Amino acid sequence: MSILDDGVVAIAEAVRTGTVRASDIVDDTLERIDAGDADLHCFLTVMADHARERAAEIDAAVQAGVDPGPLAGVPVALKDNLCTKGTLTTCSSKILGNWVPPYDATVVERLRAAGAIVVGKTNLDEFAMGSSTENSAFGPTRNPWDTSRVPGGSSGGSAAAVAAGFVPLALGSDTGGSIRQPASLCGVVGVKPTYGLVSRYGLIAFASSLDQIGTFASTVEDAALGLEAIAGHDPLDSTSFDRAAPSLVESLFEGVAGMRVGVIDEFAAEVSPSCAAATFAAAEALSAAGAKVERVSVPEVLHGLAAYYVIAPAEASSNLARYDGVRYGLRVDAPDVATMNALTRGAGFGLEVRRRIMIGTYALSAGYYDEYYGQAQRVRTLVARAFERAYRDFDVLLAPMTPSVAFAFGEKTKNPLDMYVSDVCAVPSNLAGHPAVSVPFALGEADMPVGVQVLAPALGEAVMLRTAMALETAAPRNARAPIVGRDPRPRPLATEGAIDA
Amino acid sequence: MPEGFETVIGLEVHCELSTATKLFCSCANAFGDEPNSNVCPVCLGLPGSLPVLNRRAVEFAIRIGQALGGDIRPSIFHRKNYFYPDMPKDYQISQYDQPISSGGRLALPDGSVVGIVRAHMEEDTGKSTHIGESGRIHGASHSLVDYNRAGVPLVEIVSEPDIRSAEQARLYVSELRAVLVATGASDGRMEEGSLRVDANVSIRPTGTTDLGTRCEVKNLNSLRSLVRAISYEAERQSALIAGGGTVSQQTRHWDEGGGVTQLLRSKEEAYDYRYFPEPDLVPLVPDDSLLSAAAAGVGKMPSERRQSLAELLGVPGEALAAGPVADQAQTVIELDLDGLVIGAVACGADAHLALARAANEGASKAEGARRLDAGTFAGLIKLESGGILSATQSKAVLSVLIDEGGEPAEIARRLGFEAMGQSDLDELVDSVIAANPDEWRRYQEGDDKISGFLLGLVMRQSSGKANGKLVKDTFDLRRHAGTASQG
Ligand SMILES: [Zn+2]
Repeated sequence: MSILDDGVVAIAEAVRTGTVRASDIVDDTLERIDAGDADLHCFLTVMADHARERAAEIDAAVQAGVDPGPLAGVPVALKDNLCTKGTLTTCSSKILGNWVPPYDATVVERLRAAGAIVVGKTNLDEFAMGSSTENSAFGPTRNPWDTSRVPGGSSGGSAAAVAAGFVPLALGSDTGGSIRQPASLCGVVGVKPTYGLVSRYGLIAFASSLDQIGTFASTVEDAALGLEAIAGHDPLDSTSFDRAAPSLVESLFEGVAGMRVGVIDEFAAEVSPSCAAATFAAAEALSAAGAKVERVSVPEVLHGLAAYYVIAPAEASSNLARYDGVRYGLRVDAPDVATMNALTRGAGFGLEVRRRIMIGTYALSAGYYDEYYGQAQRVRTLVARAFERAYRDFDVLLAPMTPSVAFAFGEKTKNPLDMYVSDVCAVPSNLAGHPAVSVPFALGEADMPVGVQVLAPALGEAVMLRTAMALETAAPRNARAPIVGRDPRPRPLATEGAIDA
Repeated sequence: MPEGFETVIGLEVHCELSTATKLFCSCANAFGDEPNSNVCPVCLGLPGSLPVLNRRAVEFAIRIGQALGGDIRPSIFHRKNYFYPDMPKDYQISQYDQPISSGGRLALPDGSVVGIVRAHMEEDTGKSTHIGESGRIHGASHSLVDYNRAGVPLVEIVSEPDIRSAEQARLYVSELRAVLVATGASDGRMEEGSLRVDANVSIRPTGTTDLGTRCEVKNLNSLRSLVRAISYEAERQSALIAGGGTVSQQTRHWDEGGGVTQLLRSKEEAYDYRYFPEPDLVPLVPDDSLLSAAAAGVGKMPSERRQSLAELLGVPGEALAAGPVADQAQTVIELDLDGLVIGAVACGADAHLALARAANEGASKAEGARRLDAGTFAGLIKLESGGILSATQSKAVLSVLIDEGGEPAEIARRLGFEAMGQSDLDELVDSVIAANPDEWRRYQEGDDKISGFLLGLVMRQSSGKANGKLVKDTFDLRRHAGTASQG
């Protein structure tokens, strides 16, 4: 047992008061990663030297009577699409396999300012395109609950690292569920904040109008504390809200008495019985805690997936154009520039990335723009309006998070549409720019964890997390990670050959 | 140009804005620095970087729009997607169908008016240098890219196809340049690439209103190139039509050395830019503070300056549309010397003489001339118009005045330009009359053509010290005296 398992709040408290040294915490973290990550492959890069140096700095600060900040000594893992100055940042792509950014993402600077310690960079689906980490060019991450299953994605490495107890806090990015879906599949809390609450500066773009950075932790409180540290206006991101970071932890324990909760009807038919059952159980738990719970129909949300799979690839096709072999990253030499571009991109991008670039390029092409991109944007507006309508009657909405528990490797790689459907409950929040959180609430098929999703209107993080807190209180303890000390039930990969690594 | 055809020209002028920093980052916007020294993650398009709009660039763009009479509206940015090694993100952030300024017009000194479609903001690309014999990408052994220019703010001003000749196109760009400089938004230096022009050229039967198939000519980096390229392109299209062929829509490259336009891309090869709204930027809504900040510091427009000069010279405004005075007026405005002329006239100098000296002698040393004190300049003009200095002497004094400063009278003394006294002049005139009796008789008989010969002799023998006007007066006095005595 280590203080690592007591979570973010406990660690920061212990380090700030000098009860525990940050260096000891870092040693614990590195030891766990060393012992367990060969199996799970959460990390692409472990920043051991950096972490030890930072820990020494923090210990020295505490000794000198200086408060290192609200995340003092907390080990944090970063999804490898967040730029870290001087440390490889690959997006799990061969095309950036050798890329070392000359600058830190704003969230990295904020973590440092809060006293956190970055310990490594985690695995993801290449350029955050995928829902299982099977699209990583460097091999998939395994689910700590059952290593024959995927951890979800695209932020699978971060979710699994928290679930495995390697780190108490991790950052990911959520474009169409990439934080919440793996959080659900790994039994951890995953928060996607309101678009614009957290600066995207230094987050390698997938789909700029949808991408948002958020936190993973074992508890709602830990995730909220992490979010408080990274949120707030950044002059380097024009789309970031021009307002101070909200206080989230303060009101977490105020309960849900009198709160109006709407349970979205439409998703029940889209998910497995265990996932639907978990959502209804969560609704009952909130009702028992004093919330006013009703069913609500928001039919537009079911059109979200189709709109998402036009808008996200369209933006991606433009965002990924810069990987052309000219300035950085992979280059495959050729006699002329155009051939060099083509060979570099052909060799550097994996299958799913290439597929989405093709889809997105097509959707923006002359003559097709209005039919695809234009139409998708109109649907996006309708989804946002539908939520607006629902929030006239409700403070928060409740929905399933995923169609199923964590699936086996190779199960959904043959038909890309099977994989895309994993995002059906997640994407409406991204399209609307609203916050949403996945909270572990039950165990489903094969005793795998099942998350429930709480959605809120823009900048409704406080009320959303308060609701999540109430769910966490009501949920059985065995439904959530970390799973350290339990039998990790190692099993062979189900369909090893099917993984495109 | 075949009989019965006219050339139709629309111009796209790209103007680099004189901001201290680039459009979306805080790198210096500077010309001529060490390659790749003014770069950062944003203007290099590094993964994860994001653009932040430069407010000063927006002010400048608003100024330009207002100076052209455009409608300043809420606008958005788009991404223009295409691959090119000197474009770091492989898309250009540019305004598209919702530009910052819509409509407007530009009145030219010749009295014509050219409509403006729009003025929109965009970022510049880097600069490629192709190493190899051709200097172009085809046949180059390798290329070097300098990203210092990447992200420099541009405003593109798109004209209506209202221009009908290469000469009018030259006038348009020249007038637009003066307007851009007057707004303070641009230094207008074509030689440094601050202004770059693309020309859309087509021809059609005179009197028809449908537009012919156009070709876009790129790489027009001087007024000379502009005129030559348009003339060439109009001739090329005419020859095609005269030969029974048709013009096909193309993008063509002006080859300055060869004096020809060359095919760059056919219509079928035209890029599909896949424009879509830039998600990394928010809509640009010009509020009152932005509009008032833009309005501050705008100079007088060239048309207003022409009007001021016309009033000063006592001629109607239209007189400045053509003729030598018009050329002089245009020159002093372009060189920013009209203020000097106006100041000198306020100090009592003759307007036409002050204009002539500023436009001719001032022009060769414009930078120094702009620093001249108007009162001092007026002093010189008065010495010349008062007959104290000859034209030759006045020009020499002005040259020293610009180079070294000082007082005109003192400089004249130092140069030995003591005006010739009337008695010395009388003596010289009499000696010339005595030495050329035949010519003098013809002059007396009213043959004015011979006067130049006599005057020239006196001027030469005085080594330029004599004042031409006084010499003429002295000869006339002698002629009248002779005529009187005969009568
Ligand atoms: Zn820069």
